[in-house]
Amino acid sequence: MDILLPILIIAAIGLLAGVLLAVAAHVFAVPTDEKVDAVRAVLPGANCGACGYSGCDGYAKALVHEGASTGLCAPGGETVAAEIAGVMGVKADKVERSVALVRCGGNHQHTQSKMIYSGAPTCRAANQLFAGPQQCAYGCLGFGDCAAACPFDAIRVCDGLAVVIPALCKGCKTCVAACPKGLIAMVPVREAAAVRCQNKDKGGQTRKICSAGCIGCMRCVKACEFGAVMVQDFCAQVDPAKCTGCGKCVAECPQDCISLLFAPKSVR
Amino acid sequence: MKMMLVILVSAILTENFVLSKFLGICPFLGVSKKLGTAVGMSAAVTFVMVLATAATYPLYAYLLAPNGLDYLQTVAFILVIAALVQLVEIVLRKFSPALYNALGIYLPLITTNCAVLGVTLLNFTKGYTYGQSLINALGAGLGFMLAMVLFAGVRERIEACDVPEALKGLPITLIAASLVSLTFLGFSGIANNLFA
Repeated sequence: MDILLPILIIAAIGLLAGVLLAVAAHVFAVPTDEKVDAVRAVLPGANCGACGYSGCDGYAKALVHEGASTGLCAPGGETVAAEIAGVMGVKADKVERSVALVRCGGNHQHTQSKMIYSGAPTCRAANQLFAGPQQCAYGCLGFGDCAAACPFDAIRVCDGLAVVIPALCKGCKTCVAACPKGLIAMVPVREAAAVRCQNKDKGGQTRKICSAGCIGCMRCVKACEFGAVMVQDFCAQVDPAKCTGCGKCVAECPQDCISLLFAPKSVR
Repeated sequence: MKMMLVILVSAILTENFVLSKFLGICPFLGVSKKLGTAVGMSAAVTFVMVLATAATYPLYAYLLAPNGLDYLQTVAFILVIAALVQLVEIVLRKFSPALYNALGIYLPLITTNCAVLGVTLLNFTKGYTYGQSLINALGAGLGFMLAMVLFAGVRERIEACDVPEALKGLPITLIAASLVSLTFLGFSGIANNLFA
């Protein structure tokens, strides 16, 4: 009979806890929106935050409750936008796909190291020591923090320079935050000119350390008929919204640091 | 009052659950990679520890001990703690979505964490009263947090180091944990004399 009491007590505790939980689950039930769950199910689940909301859950909520645009999911692109629109019963918004671009052209053929660096092999660590081992204080460090951060394996480091493979890039912007130099920017996927340099030194200084750096000579600005190019801090910038992809600035650039993105190979 | 302070400080420093009792090593190694998650996890652990102590002490004192069922305490405590954490999760989700989102993913992880169970069981071997048990649970939780935060810092340093190939990953983490644990040995005997 000694065994009966413990069995009863444990069974009673278990039963009590079970009943209590069942009652609590019923009383404190939080109504979940079925539409949010349905929308969440079609999102890719990368939780990259490219849409501007806190992960896929946040975007799903914003879509249902705040009427957010269906075209914000960069990794999902057109297909996910169409699926979301299907669930929501609205027309799909146009997705302008954008990909990351490393705004530096200084690989080992164009610029040299100023010291032998043997510290931790990350861009973030190297950047803290005299702005990194390469001569240009603005250029790519080449340790691949962006490549390590990329969830889609779309960045490779070639010859000391990080390069984004546009076909693999989903436009999630994870690499933009990973670069300690702030070199990576998002560009729309269409024929448009882009400057692969962020050097803000004067032209003569830039020319000494890198043969692919922008020297701020203004020839691209004069060549552009649409006012899409401007030079600020001795470095040219292209406004993709105004650029028509005519390629006149590309032909003028003496440093070859401006190029037409996504143009057929013969034009580039 | 002095007794309470001694219990609190000794639970945090000299008898740190992770570093001198080796309880809760799983979350200690698993969630200490980043400072943010380490703080979130240890906040949840502290919360559950105090709650579990508050619930299990009367259970033991009024139900198990009078009937001579001391040997049932582990089973009964696991049952009660698991149900309690589930209940808290349900209530939190209803009334404090912000706190639920902050603790949410950690709460189910620690339902039957050995550190939580350890606190509730050790309270009786030490012969603490109800109030002292609660203080002890709070101290154990804070000590867990201290260890987690310290170790998260150590691990962030290790990330940037050139670790020998054979020691990469868990081995170097365990070695670092043992060194941190050694430093806590220096606190032994401090609590009793601190408030003398």
